[in-house]
Amino acid sequence: MRPTQPHLYTLGYILLSGSLLALLISSHWWLGTTPAHMQFDARLIPPGGNHWLGTDALGRELWARTLAGLRISFWVGLSAALLGTTIALSLAALSTLSRQMDALVSLLIDTLLSVPHLILLLLIAFALGGGTQAVIIAVALTHWPSLARVLRAELLTLRHAPYIRISRSLGKSRGFILFHHLLPHVLPHCLVGALLLFPHAILHEAALTFLGVGLDPSQPAIGVLLAEAMRYITAGYWWLGVFPGLGLLMMVLCIDRLAFHLRRAL
Amino acid sequence: MRVTQWLAFRLLRLGLVLLCVATLSFGLVMLSPIDPVDAYLGPQMAQVSPEQRAIIAHRWGFDTPPAAQFGHWLRQLLSGDLGWSHIYNRPVSEVIGERFYRSIALLGSAWLLSALVGFVLGVMAGAKEGSLLDRLISAYAYITASTPTFWLGILGLLLFSVYLGWTPVCCAGPTGTLSQDVSTLTRLHHLALPVATLTLLGIANITLHTRSRMVALMRSDIATHAFAQGASRFDVAWRQGLRHASLPALTLAFASLGELFGGSILIEQVFAYPGLGQATVEAGLRSDVPLLLGIALFTALFVSVGNLIADTLYRLVDPRIGQTSS
Repeated sequence: MRPTQPHLYTLGYILLSGSLLALLISSHWWLGTTPAHMQFDARLIPPGGNHWLGTDALGRELWARTLAGLRISFWVGLSAALLGTTIALSLAALSTLSRQMDALVSLLIDTLLSVPHLILLLLIAFALGGGTQAVIIAVALTHWPSLARVLRAELLTLRHAPYIRISRSLGKSRGFILFHHLLPHVLPHCLVGALLLFPHAILHEAALTFLGVGLDPSQPAIGVLLAEAMRYITAGYWWLGVFPGLGLLMMVLCIDRLAFHLRRAL
Repeated sequence: MRVTQWLAFRLLRLGLVLLCVATLSFGLVMLSPIDPVDAYLGPQMAQVSPEQRAIIAHRWGFDTPPAAQFGHWLRQLLSGDLGWSHIYNRPVSEVIGERFYRSIALLGSAWLLSALVGFVLGVMAGAKEGSLLDRLISAYAYITASTPTFWLGILGLLLFSVYLGWTPVCCAGPTGTLSQDVSTLTRLHHLALPVATLTLLGIANITLHTRSRMVALMRSDIATHAFAQGASRFDVAWRQGLRHASLPALTLAFASLGELFGGSILIEQVFAYPGLGQATVEAGLRSDVPLLLGIALFTALFVSVGNLIADTLYRLVDPRIGQTSS
């Protein structure tokens, strides 16, 4: 982190993590083996040789399953982050319209922030009956409040800025001011907010799936892989527990650093 | 606004938020596609006739409209009755009390340790920005912030329980013994790994926050003035830094109770530790609605009180905050 060339460093970092993620997401186009392919003559084989990361109890390649799991995590995390940001932005915009609306939105934010994320996630996943859609909605619904708080504060201070007051005295409607002056101003915040939500969304999806209330157990999600691994690690099949989690850690770290550097660049 | 007045206002707000939590969680549970009678019967579902199902539904009040059920539940709640947990076959308040008693050892020690270690690491890192120590500590904090909690638990289990055999594989005591027969030493032995895992992950947040406070201080005029008078970095960190960074760290520690509780759910699941977190997962998986609602309310109370303590501490120590807002 040399202070003389921060932008060059940032740019390099963004390019590196971006291309790594692109490689990961496109991996099923250039890699052959399907994650569900079973080889009954190659069960629980340790990493090395033909089986890069070893195989599981049904002879499925762990590397193929890990990559497939990371892809699922990526898309679920992205959808949840986008949905969460949309909710945050809409509610923050609503709270600028009137005092009552603002009180209502802040009460909702306080309520959601007072329940631990994971409990709320469990409740929402329970309410929606599990599955991919339920997880995306649950993660989005639990992760918007902190971003909404930032956006609301930003919008409330902006409301008294001179150019807004001029616009109002020229007779522009509240809606016009909101869409033409206020929202364009907070859009960069939203982009960064979505990126900051992303890693949290992925980690919470994996946690929910690991607990058994998230994605369907037939999908090779990281949470499913690790929950399966729990049955085998006491017998010494360590690779089942190590690699899927390591993959997830690396992906989350990549996105987190990307968000960090993008925020500095903006 | 005076402190007592402000506190009364906050307590009112706390009651309102809890009422909202109750409404919200009840609404969510009502949305669930899982039939409560099926969930109660479990595998015996096939042996029960429609007439018997109707009797059970009537007994539990499922044949009344949701609003009436909510009103009934809320009245019971206000009189202190949280309902009956069908998976443990005991009152919900008893289950929560017993499970929380087990969890508090895990939560409390992880909370204290992560706050202390996190604070010390943050001060050390922020005292000299850009040094090797700073880079190492920051890298550690960034990596643990991106680590899945339960995966770190699995790694610890693999290394210390399976390979080295230093710590037990699961539970709060040896299997087959009653909980009152387990000695304190055995209890601590079973707690060691879960606490260590939870602590390692809890450190990151508080370290990064304290570090940024310290870095800001070291760049400020206060530090420049002290350096000009011949003070060393250690002197400034010790005299000004500790005071400057300790209050925000304390606030953050109280405010992070919710996250800590979320972590403990996962850790308890990995180590099969019979605490409140494990009961939450059980309640969710086996549709024990009263228990799930009770836990949601209880944890909301726990987290809100934590936040309230944080804000109150801040006001008591720094009287300037109250003066500006009134």
